[in-house]
Amino acid sequence: MTAVAEILLPLNPGIWLIVGALIAVLLPQTLSRWFAVILPVFLIAFLFSLNLDNYGTISFFDYSLETFRLDALSRVFGLIFLIASALGNLYALGDDVDKLQRSAALAYAGGAIAAVFAGDMITLFIFFEVAAVASVFLIWARRTERAFAAGMRYLIFQIGAGVILLAGLLIHFSVTGSINFDKLGLDAPGGILILIAFGIKSAFPLVHNWLQDAYPEATISGTVILSGFTTKLAIYALARSYAGTEILIWIGAVMAILPIFYAIIENDLRRVLTYSLNNQLGFMVVGIGIGTEMALNGTISHAFVHILYKALLLMSMGAVLLRTGTCNGSELGGLVKTMPWTAAFCIVGAASASAFPLFSGFISKSMIITAAGEQGYWIIWLILLFASAGVLYHSGIRIPYFAFFSEDKGHRVKEAPWPMLVAMGAAAFLCIIIGVFPVSLYAMLPFSVDYVPYTAYHVINQLQLLMFAALAFTVLKLIKIYPSDTRGINLDTDWVYRKGLMSLIIYSNRYLSTGYRVVCDGAVGIISEVINSAKQLGNNDGILSRTPALGSSIAWISGLLLLVLLLRFA
Amino acid sequence: MKNNVQEDDKMKEGLHWFDNKRNIKRIIYALYVICAALFLAEFFYHKHAVFSFDTWFGFYAIYGFIMCVGLVIGAKVIRHLLIRRENYYDSSS
Repeated sequence: MTAVAEILLPLNPGIWLIVGALIAVLLPQTLSRWFAVILPVFLIAFLFSLNLDNYGTISFFDYSLETFRLDALSRVFGLIFLIASALGNLYALGDDVDKLQRSAALAYAGGAIAAVFAGDMITLFIFFEVAAVASVFLIWARRTERAFAAGMRYLIFQIGAGVILLAGLLIHFSVTGSINFDKLGLDAPGGILILIAFGIKSAFPLVHNWLQDAYPEATISGTVILSGFTTKLAIYALARSYAGTEILIWIGAVMAILPIFYAIIENDLRRVLTYSLNNQLGFMVVGIGIGTEMALNGTISHAFVHILYKALLLMSMGAVLLRTGTCNGSELGGLVKTMPWTAAFCIVGAASASAFPLFSGFISKSMIITAAGEQGYWIIWLILLFASAGVLYHSGIRIPYFAFFSEDKGHRVKEAPWPMLVAMGAAAFLCIIIGVFPVSLYAMLPFSVDYVPYTAYHVINQLQLLMFAALAFTVLKLIKIYPSDTRGINLDTDWVYRKGLMSLIIYSNRYLSTGYRVVCDGAVGIISEVINSAKQLGNNDGILSRTPALGSSIAWISGLLLLVLLLRFA
Repeated sequence: MKNNVQEDDKMKEGLHWFDNKRNIKRIIYALYVICAALFLAEFFYHKHAVFSFDTWFGFYAIYGFIMCVGLVIGAKVIRHLLIRRENYYDSSS
């Protein structure tokens, strides 16, 4: 093992995956399929053979870039990303995946992993963007017009967040002279911009909709792979640089609640899962905001188990989509008869997501909730408890029920192909192992774990919460109040740039000609005013001539550019 | 004999454990029993208070039930306001 380590050092495992993406293009088809599965497994072994240290420091002009920082925090995220990559690529063997998509999947995971191991913000920024660009190909590979437009909107958000990150980074650097990627906080120079960038990438409320818009438009295996990396990379970045930032607690709480309402009424089951993903990210953001050791441990372990069960749920829905050609709840039902294994794996994922005792979600989410309680945030505590019951609704009951158990819609399809079953089986296995032996995960966390999930009161209270939530579902279903799945889409914030702005422009255009003269007259006055104030601003002491203006003007210009682009691809 | 043949056909078509309405009823009754047992379990374990209100009798059960009913009703209202036809975004451009 050490020999392997010596050969591969000092390169970051993520960079090896990106190199692998290039190799995968050159290999013959069958070989390349398996290469994509074996490479991440091999890199997991590589990761375990290394001691925690800074590897791969290189000089870049006057600065030293730490391209491979292996500490407890980056190791646990790197590990789960490699596992997710291996499982996703294994799953993709059952899908008809071309070479471009396979390489994109490898490069995307590689970018995310390389960013996790980045010790400085330049490296972080570069690989964040590599991941963003590579990932869009997983959406475009669907090769439909819808997917193209959704991919474009996705890319605009990702690159936009990247540019904001760059602006924040430049401001931070120009003031502090440091590019270290460590604790920042809101008070640090550029801290707010960097938080916004990470916030967009982790789907904060109001800037969340790129996630629900784009992920379900990707290919079958593409959605599975996409679900793992971008948002959790942002969570990792937040955990490293904004732990204990109080505003995150409230942002996270809104994030944990809002999507569950959508998850209940959305018809496309893969889209339901993206809302559910968003809600789980909310828990993690709350944990980061609380910032105690227990809360951070909870966030990290929740990210770990969440990647597994979310991938598992999306895998099962992908298999359903592959076999039946649809993922709409209104057109599915009764599939347990013909896809029993997929149904069983889906239930394991659902139980893990809902945090049933003995399943993985139970041992992670409860740490965050307990940490909120210990710090005396009782409103947050109640919100998280409510959100937990909500998870049972959309992930725990709705997904398995509408796909596999509700009224038979007459699909007579084959069970999922074997590579998909193996990938689902492996993910399900990990969900149960972590749930039954939480120490296996706790041992890898950055802070020592002083928390016992399996106590009588905790197990009973959790079961009470979940079973009475299930009872509410049953009662509402029996008295026919529970909404049935209906065709249609539900408006979300993407309406603003897909419809609202466009209507505003068309509407205002109609009145433009009459207002033209008024505008002309006013314009002369305004222009001379602008010139005057520009003179003042551009003076030696003016706002525009100050140094940080470089960063903020980049932010402004990029903001405008993004707006125009979003309108184009509405 | 004829009945048997029909049943066999049904089996081939995939008559399933879940097709039997009685089995569904059984699951629902099982849920009722579990819920009742969990509610009664309140008498038999030592509560670990986080705040004061969470030690109220049956807090988790009642909170879970009420909030979920609220969730579903809220979601129905939201859907009523926000639902559009599937090609809503396609038609404009």
